[in-house]
Amino acid sequence: MLLKKHHIVEKNVFFLILGIFMTIIIGGIVEIVPLFTMEQTIEKVEGVRPYSPLEQAGRNIYIREGCYNCHSQQIRPFRDEVERYGHYSLAAESMYDHPFQWGSKRTGPDLARVGGKYSNAWHVAHMIDPRAVVPESIMPGYPFLAERKLNFDDAQAHLETLKLVGVPYTDEMIEAAKADLYLQASEDAAYDDDFLARYPNAATGDFDGNPAELTEMDALVAYLQVLGRMVDFTTYNPQMNLR
Amino acid sequence: MSTKVEKDQVSGTDTTGHEWDGIKELNTPLPSWWVYVFWITVIWSVGYWVVYPSWPTANDYLKGMFATTNRTQLHETMANVAAERAPYMERLAALDVSEITNDSELLNFSMAGGKAVFADNCAPCHGTGGSGNPGFPSLQDDAWLWGGTLEAINETLHVGVRWDANEDTRFNDMPAFGRDELLERDQIEDVVQYVLAFTDRATDTAAADRGAVVFEENCASCHGEDAKGIQDLGAPNLTDAIWLYGGSKETITETVMNSRRGVMPAWGGRLDEETIKMLTVYVHSLGGGQ
Repeated sequence: MLLKKHHIVEKNVFFLILGIFMTIIIGGIVEIVPLFTMEQTIEKVEGVRPYSPLEQAGRNIYIREGCYNCHSQQIRPFRDEVERYGHYSLAAESMYDHPFQWGSKRTGPDLARVGGKYSNAWHVAHMIDPRAVVPESIMPGYPFLAERKLNFDDAQAHLETLKLVGVPYTDEMIEAAKADLYLQASEDAAYDDDFLARYPNAATGDFDGNPAELTEMDALVAYLQVLGRMVDFTTYNPQMNLR
Repeated sequence: MSTKVEKDQVSGTDTTGHEWDGIKELNTPLPSWWVYVFWITVIWSVGYWVVYPSWPTANDYLKGMFATTNRTQLHETMANVAAERAPYMERLAALDVSEITNDSELLNFSMAGGKAVFADNCAPCHGTGGSGNPGFPSLQDDAWLWGGTLEAINETLHVGVRWDANEDTRFNDMPAFGRDELLERDQIEDVVQYVLAFTDRATDTAAADRGAVVFEENCASCHGEDAKGIQDLGAPNLTDAIWLYGGSKETITETVMNSRRGVMPAWGGRLDEETIKMLTVYVHSLGGGQ
């Protein structure tokens, strides 16, 4: 009987090593092989671009403040999610995220398509005191973001590092990183064709209601306002990517 | 290390045969039912590989007997939902927004649908039930910046307010009279007194009288000679006690000094036409519809 024979496996070093080896091989194949097919897994879509320096700065603040502890950024392919949040998230939409912010914990709503859903003024009011606009909210306030100057002197280094791990920042983008950081939060950005060519669809202008200073609030709102807005779904054919 | 399996005197169970400094371990394996269930699940998994998508292959993956995917399932579900709603949606698409209210069945459908959409998309700014927040207008009163008829609400929902991405967006631009030095400091104080006087709250009637001239020259072209507002320009009525940003002397002074530029996203494109119609009917019903 199998039960009686089991001790052979545990007491014989050779069989034990063989067993461990098989287990690791199977686990390894399941984990590693899909990485080789990534090219086919990520949908071919138009519009996904690397984050602008200001958005990237906002993303760093998003991660620093632990927003992912309560907010996911992944609309799953289920009816209730799609009816509430819009088109389900595509792998392509987070291909330049390092690390991605998919998450599995939703104390607050999903943010994958929060870009363009509310005005900048709302985001600022809500971040300073969530209960001022949403009385039933249990989100903590982040009023200090509006007061802290954005410290992103190493914008260029951030972009270079991301380029190392595969985000297609061009030399031009890296060159202009510091300037773009300030440009995006000014009224001029909307008329700057070079900037808009580098970062199409970027929300521009003063974000935090204080044009005099570039704050962490500016960066975070700029990041939130681009979430889910890169892919043009009118040109996307879901039948091409059924999986 | 010896491996002498012997029977333990006290419990009557075999030992594992190992001994460490006189300490021996009883061999009490998992109950046999547990082991059987374990092996059944292993066998079950093989069936699972056959039926459902499983192993990766060189360029693809095993798709399983029915080629099940989350996305296909979702598309089927949504197609069924659309088919269920189709009788209503087709009528919504065909009817003008002002005609929906004549059809009580469609009205019920629109109210339920509009309420759900409002809760997620509109309530964060306008409040649950449309009660408004400072800077985000109440939808329950009859003071409308851009008009409170069904058509006007429908248009505002489509194009938004000062929403740059939409070229037809509702737009006006009140000058920042103080910041841009269009008015002197005392002129601003005068005109604020004049505005306060509409609601009988002026504290300096002489200043209010002087403010009338300032108002006439700077404000009346948008807010109207009688200050009752001009909806086509999105200029609010200043004579009622309804204030978007607050009606205290300090807040009104700040508004004149720095102007206000409230923004509402355009929902055309983000929500479909039928949904916007449902939302229009719902917003119109909140209390202030004209």
